[in-house]
Amino acid sequence: MNEKTIGEINEDLLRPVLLTTRRFWIAVLLLGSVVAAGVAAFVYQVWRGIGVWGINRPVFWAFDITNFVFWIGISHAGTLISAILRIADAGWRRPVTRCAEVITLFALIIGGMFPIIHLGRPWLFFWMIPYPSERQIWPQFRSPLAWDFFAIGTYLTGSFIFLAYPIIPDFALVRDKVTGWRKKLYTVLALGWRGTPKQWHRLEKAMHIMAIVIIPVAVSVHTIVSWDFAMAPVPMWHSTIFGPYFVAGAIFSGIAGLIIAMAFLRKVLSLEDYLLPVHFDNLGKLLLTMCLVWAYFIFSERLTVWYGNESAEMAVFWTTQRGPFAPLFWTMVFCNFIIPFPLLAIKRFRSSITGVVMASCTIVVGMWLERFLIIVPSLSHKYLPYAYGSYRPTWVEVTILVASIAAMGLFYILFSKLVPIIAIWELKVGSHKPPVVHHQVSVVRVSSTAGATAADPGLLATDH
Amino acid sequence: MRVLYALYSDPDSAQRAFDSLRANGTTPGFDERQIAVVSSEPFDGFDFFRQDHKTFIPWIAALGGLVGGVAGFWFAAYTQAVYPIPTGGMPIVPFYADGIITYEMTMLGAILATLITVLLTARLPNWKRKLYDPEVSDGKILVGVIDAPENSRADLEKKLLGAGASGVKEFSN
Repeated sequence: MNEKTIGEINEDLLRPVLLTTRRFWIAVLLLGSVVAAGVAAFVYQVWRGIGVWGINRPVFWAFDITNFVFWIGISHAGTLISAILRIADAGWRRPVTRCAEVITLFALIIGGMFPIIHLGRPWLFFWMIPYPSERQIWPQFRSPLAWDFFAIGTYLTGSFIFLAYPIIPDFALVRDKVTGWRKKLYTVLALGWRGTPKQWHRLEKAMHIMAIVIIPVAVSVHTIVSWDFAMAPVPMWHSTIFGPYFVAGAIFSGIAGLIIAMAFLRKVLSLEDYLLPVHFDNLGKLLLTMCLVWAYFIFSERLTVWYGNESAEMAVFWTTQRGPFAPLFWTMVFCNFIIPFPLLAIKRFRSSITGVVMASCTIVVGMWLERFLIIVPSLSHKYLPYAYGSYRPTWVEVTILVASIAAMGLFYILFSKLVPIIAIWELKVGSHKPPVVHHQVSVVRVSSTAGATAADPGLLATDH
Repeated sequence: MRVLYALYSDPDSAQRAFDSLRANGTTPGFDERQIAVVSSEPFDGFDFFRQDHKTFIPWIAALGGLVGGVAGFWFAAYTQAVYPIPTGGMPIVPFYADGIITYEMTMLGAILATLITVLLTARLPNWKRKLYDPEVSDGKILVGVIDAPENSRADLEKKLLGAGASGVKEFSN
């Protein structure tokens, strides 16, 4: 990558934006069809009512809320990881950051739709907004759902700005390379960016501040999502460990999602010279760390419940360990630890992209199962045994889930058609050599006793 | 505005041009603030890139956070106080629950204040014709002098070419 000239970098990374291939249209058609099926399922559900779902007393939260938690978790891939790598000034981050930040934006949009879908009558969404009501509806202003609104709203706004602001210089680059209606479009999108030192300094400073601010926001978002559960006196939900447990799981699934997306882009957009094996290897190491952290949390959660031996909690515990939910639980353990751990721990597997992608795929499946297993077993085994219930999803719920995954792919592909998916200017920064002489050099006359008449300018250079 | 400028293919040449332009006493009639630089990437560490590097954005961000936090708490607390609902003996305005909204609004305030300040100080958006050359997007670095006196033109051209430029161009609007 370092051997490429600026012209070659421009050409390679602008190609997906400027040229539309047959593969692009096939991908759009396939993913679009699945999304259309999901929309049809949703319309059918609106038409027939929520009786077409599998939920029933006592399980009122199932697929939609699982999907909500899952996608909010996936959203942690982007902005959080990008922000951490920016603050650490990790040079290898440059081709990765935008791929990651895009995931955050779209995952939040998709995840945010699920509570609205879950309402059953989404057109009455505004009933949840706390405002004085003549209909005698008194919203609970202290509800954790109100916290969700503020947390996700802040994270979505911050993530959008964090993604959009560094795109402006790349829009300016595209503006200079296109003609016709595209020239007009990118001229507007570039906002008149020229690249003066002042504009660059402001951009870098803003990104630095935003990186610092967005990390605690990202952590708070998934903590607050966990409190949707932990604030309720439901067996195995009412736990102080839920905040960090959810955050760790979110980062875990987020990195896995990022790796899959990068591998997909690498292949579809021919970015083999930019998304290198070293990027997958480094992200694989992060994934390995999170794999161990996740294992610690799941063990810790199970241990405290088992040791407490409280009857209502033990009912949920055993239903996942050796009851009806046990197959899903042990599949989750296999997907999140048993399979990925050796794939990520053994360098030979980790250094191959296939190994890391395989581990990531199992983790994404495992983490969806984890979200499901947090929600459904607890609701189906609440305190009173006569009120125990069960849950089985219908084709409507499964179709909407599959469509949400396809929507992520579709949004990603459409985005990469509009915007260079790798930050070109950031890549250029990483490719040029740092200056040898930083500031104006003073030539200092020194005494001839030192055997010289002028000092070496390179040695005198200082960075103020 | 009239600008005499040249394009350089590497930052070292741009630095040489910058150094020669600002050398005191050799070219009367303009000062360092009239030297314009435009590039397709940041060149941290180079002197020509240090123009306008000082900024008060962190303070504005902190202020934005403060305003956001106060507004967030007021928004939550005032709503609860004006429309009290039975809370079973719990406070009408709960500190911990409102703390979450206060926290999120603090962060949102900081983010929005940063964005607005950056857009204002970087003069964005601005679609008017300004000093720019499309070759910048190919990696060239533009170094020039804004509104230099006519009698120094020959001297400036000599300095710009001496630093490694292949030609000198002129921009006006």
